[in-house]
Amino acid sequence: MSTFPWLLALLIVPLIGAAIVMFLPKNSPALAKQFGLVVSLIVFALTVGMALQFVTAQAADFQFTQSFSWIPAFGVNFSLGVDGIALVLIAMAACLVPVVMLAGWNDVDGSQGSVRGYVALMLVLEAAIVGVFAATDLFLFYVFFEAMLVPVYFLIGRYGGPRRNYAAVKFLLYSLFGGLLMLASLIGLYVVSARMTGVGTFDFTTLAHLNIDPDTQKWLFLGFFIAFAIKAPLVPFHTWLPDAAAESTPGTAVLLVGVLDKVGTFGMLRYCLELFPDASRWATPVVIALAVVGIIYGALVAIGQSDIKRLIAYTSVSHFGFIALGIFVMTSRGQSGSALYMVNHGFSTAALFLIAGFLISRRGSRLIEDFGGVQKVAPILAGTFLVAGLSSLALPGLSSFVSEFLVLVGTFERYRWIGVVATLGIVLAALYILLMYQRTMTGPTPDEVGERVTDLRGREVLAIAPILVIIVVLGFYPQPVLDVINPAIDRVMHAVNASNPAPEVAPVAEGTQP
Amino acid sequence: MSPFSGALAPAAGEISAAAATGTFTQMWLLIALPLLGAAILLLLGRRTNAWGHWVGVLMSLGSFAIAVSIFLKMMQESGGNRAFTQHLFQWISVGSFQVPFDLRIDQLSMVFVLLITGVGTLIHIYSVSYMSHDRERRRFFGYLNLFVAAMLLLVLADNYLVLYVGWEGVGLASYLLIGFWFYKETAAVAAKKAFVVNRVGDVGLSVAVMLMFVTFGSVTFEGVLASAPKASQTSLTLIGLALLLAACGKSAQFPLQSWLLDAMEGPTPVSALIHAATMVTAGVYLIARSNAIFNAAPTAQTAVIIIGAITLIMGAIIGCAKDDIKKALAGSTMSQIGYMVLAAGLGPIGYVFAIFHLLTHGFFKATMFLGAGSVMHGMNDQVNMRRFGALRTVMVVTTVTFFAGYLAILGIPPFAGFYSKDKIIESAFAHSTLVGLVTLVGAAITAFYMTRLVAMTFLGKARWPDDAHPHESPAMMMIPVSILAVLSTVSGFLLLHNNWIVNWLEPVVGFEEPVLGFNVNILQYGTLAIVLISAALGYVLYARRPVPQVAPVGSLLTQAARADLYGDAVNEAVFMRPGQYLTRFLVWFDNKVVDGAVNGSAALLGGLSGRARRTQNGFARSYALTMLGGAALVIVALVLVRL
Repeated sequence: MSTFPWLLALLIVPLIGAAIVMFLPKNSPALAKQFGLVVSLIVFALTVGMALQFVTAQAADFQFTQSFSWIPAFGVNFSLGVDGIALVLIAMAACLVPVVMLAGWNDVDGSQGSVRGYVALMLVLEAAIVGVFAATDLFLFYVFFEAMLVPVYFLIGRYGGPRRNYAAVKFLLYSLFGGLLMLASLIGLYVVSARMTGVGTFDFTTLAHLNIDPDTQKWLFLGFFIAFAIKAPLVPFHTWLPDAAAESTPGTAVLLVGVLDKVGTFGMLRYCLELFPDASRWATPVVIALAVVGIIYGALVAIGQSDIKRLIAYTSVSHFGFIALGIFVMTSRGQSGSALYMVNHGFSTAALFLIAGFLISRRGSRLIEDFGGVQKVAPILAGTFLVAGLSSLALPGLSSFVSEFLVLVGTFERYRWIGVVATLGIVLAALYILLMYQRTMTGPTPDEVGERVTDLRGREVLAIAPILVIIVVLGFYPQPVLDVINPAIDRVMHAVNASNPAPEVAPVAEGTQP
Repeated sequence: MSPFSGALAPAAGEISAAAATGTFTQMWLLIALPLLGAAILLLLGRRTNAWGHWVGVLMSLGSFAIAVSIFLKMMQESGGNRAFTQHLFQWISVGSFQVPFDLRIDQLSMVFVLLITGVGTLIHIYSVSYMSHDRERRRFFGYLNLFVAAMLLLVLADNYLVLYVGWEGVGLASYLLIGFWFYKETAAVAAKKAFVVNRVGDVGLSVAVMLMFVTFGSVTFEGVLASAPKASQTSLTLIGLALLLAACGKSAQFPLQSWLLDAMEGPTPVSALIHAATMVTAGVYLIARSNAIFNAAPTAQTAVIIIGAITLIMGAIIGCAKDDIKKALAGSTMSQIGYMVLAAGLGPIGYVFAIFHLLTHGFFKATMFLGAGSVMHGMNDQVNMRRFGALRTVMVVTTVTFFAGYLAILGIPPFAGFYSKDKIIESAFAHSTLVGLVTLVGAAITAFYMTRLVAMTFLGKARWPDDAHPHESPAMMMIPVSILAVLSTVSGFLLLHNNWIVNWLEPVVGFEEPVLGFNVNILQYGTLAIVLISAALGYVLYARRPVPQVAPVGSLLTQAARADLYGDAVNEAVFMRPGQYLTRFLVWFDNKVVDGAVNGSAALLGGLSGRARRTQNGFARSYALTMLGGAALVIVALVLVRL
């Protein structure tokens, strides 16, 4: 394995970039944008380089590990490392940042905040995202978890829509609340580790092998879980999301819903399950109930939305229900599906938000009723929107299908009826996407739409095309990603002491393993 | 009750296959060519407007040529050795959940491939002329190619999950084509409805695949079907019922039939190809393919028969009352697929004839739909049969070809339907008299509504609108129709000659000779007599008497049939309205209750509402303080622990 400090580089490059952006001349916003794009492309290239070095058949839990002593008195280390799940999430983020920069090129011109500030915040956010997925020390994870909030808070509050302040503060308060609970649990965990081993530690691997007393686990679990359930968000902790997503610029919405919220489900899978396996099993019925309610409830509320961006946000609430469900059914299929779902949802939501953003900025309205017949005047825009929508409704052949079906199969293996109820979500998904498509893109074209809505321009096509290509490619060839994810899932399954149910009829076929 | 339970082992089909070699390795090209066509036409866009439609035709034709070469090669193999698989790549692998992207071609998929590419190519050619005035003809051909590719994937898949890709792929193509004239509100709504209703069926397919995996640990045809006899009765019944739900969606069977009539919003070649000849028969394919499951699950078989019987009568009744020529034909399609589904539910005495009727129906229904398209072409897109009449005088080729289709669906010898429908009726009587009678009643109603249709369109007196100048359609349209008309005439005899279709399909779907308690000739002549009487009644009512240009009020049954037997009304009352109220309530609930609770408590804590601007900086500051406080707390805790 290469000794190049990949993760450290991924962390530092965007930070340096952000610092430099702030020193660029204030009166040339284009330069800031170009520079930001170049930095994010460098980060992407570095990620690709790292991913190519990743070894799927590796005994170690984490790769590209690096550790520096940070606060030795309290056993805090600056430790980085990725497993397959963290790797694919970092890769998704690194892919989306340049895309949103390119797609939202003119989104913040003439807004309250400065363009270079926007670019710098995006880069700081990217660094925080890398950190939160790559941290293998819980204190470090917590620091990044909270640090992420700052750039997002300003991205929404400075560059958002009319109710941006309300949305930003709401986002902040929710996150703050969850963060404090997690902090309490974190301290508790440290205390427990100190009691059990004599030396307090925040090292993930050490903590995961502690065998904490089940009753203690429950309390610690709750602090982490609620923080993650707010972030992900699960019903009923979700109402900050539609506001935040609707008031953000499309680019911020993509990073918020597509990437940041994955920290919640990522945290459930890695931290809740591995650190507190007994408590996770104890909480399973409640979490599964919340998840299934979320799938159906989120979809139904999405159907009733009149605002395009809020609608997309609610579809995500439904999708986060699927992801949480797959994690807590404790089967390989469910958890692999959820991990893959995190990636796929990132891309399909990104496509939806960005294309909706193109549409909204042209017409100057987010309301579905203000549109109609767009396909006639902007066929490329309509076509790409349809593909993004079909990915969101998990059409077989597009990426989301594979992950959604894995989650459903994984659920069905253990809980038949819950699997069936969750499957009903696919009908509702067809409704919320196709109703929106019908109302905005088809029918007669009103004059305002005909005059204002023009088809996608070269830059916009260039930004969207890579995402759509990924959606199709991962629909037919997801196996490389699954190969990266699966060893990490095996580790989680082992940690929670779960095994997959055996089929009714023993398969006769070619050397299958359970 | 099905006679095929327990000890009496049915003559089941075999599922084993060899790896493809030689010509058979080209099977992936069958799909790849039309897929390439779709990609070229849809991605390159307007640049291909001038020549795009020919790309579409060429790709479909190329696929057909390959199909024929594979077919010829397959004929040279012996009966048990005609199944071949091709491994393309590993699609999904998570532990024991293994889904290879594999294709399979055997006798069953072969006949489908020939039907899809053959009829598909003819309809492509027809469409070059039919759609020549449409500015977006190129897009139409892109979708048409996409459909052909997806449909071929559906029938060539070697496992249920790849089949699912084709299954929803054809659904997507159907959605795009029904909504082809998207600027018409009705077309857009019909397209969405078709997709959503099909998704209800897809829940069935999803659940079936999941059940297969938890039952057999596999989703491949071989892994599931070869092990079917070992599974419990409950599992098999549930899988069978879930597959039936899937079939109901795609094949417009009761209670998921409502989308098909609306689907006539699409251009007529689409109605012919997708909503008559191929896609809507996918449910029959699914059941026939899964014969090992159904053979071992008599309850599921009974359910299949009941659904088929209900739909067969329902569709026929709807067909009697529609004045829109396409909708009358759509009702007829429902009904005819009801025959096939019913036959598939009969088990090994029925599978072969279900597929046989599927093929002949593909020919004669495509003939009639394309004929309807030709009529519309000549009548300024008029679809109301009350404004037709006497078109035989001006559209000779259309009339003659249409009559070939008409005689075929009636089952008049020697036209194709005579052979295939009679076999189904025979098998139905072999199963039970009740089911047999249902098929017989269906045949009678069919003869009535089809006679009504041809009488109102081609016979009687002209009731044309003033601006209509009906004329025969161009050769580019009528040559494909003529070929299909010939097939409607001779295909039944040819396919059943020397029992060919039975021998061909038996290795895959199994076969048992239906045994009647009485002389088969009585049944044949009896059926023919009933059909002729019924047709005569239709002739008297609609050809000899004047047809009013405005539909009379009609009996309660007629009114019900016009309203699609209230299928939509029920959906609206049971699902749509309550659904709308529910979503409205939930939106209110989410805004006021869930969010309200949070906002309320937040207002208590720090005043969120109304003071946003002033609080912005305040909150940022307090946030920083909190971070600091948090960190301080940690440090204090750490110190305490150390102590």
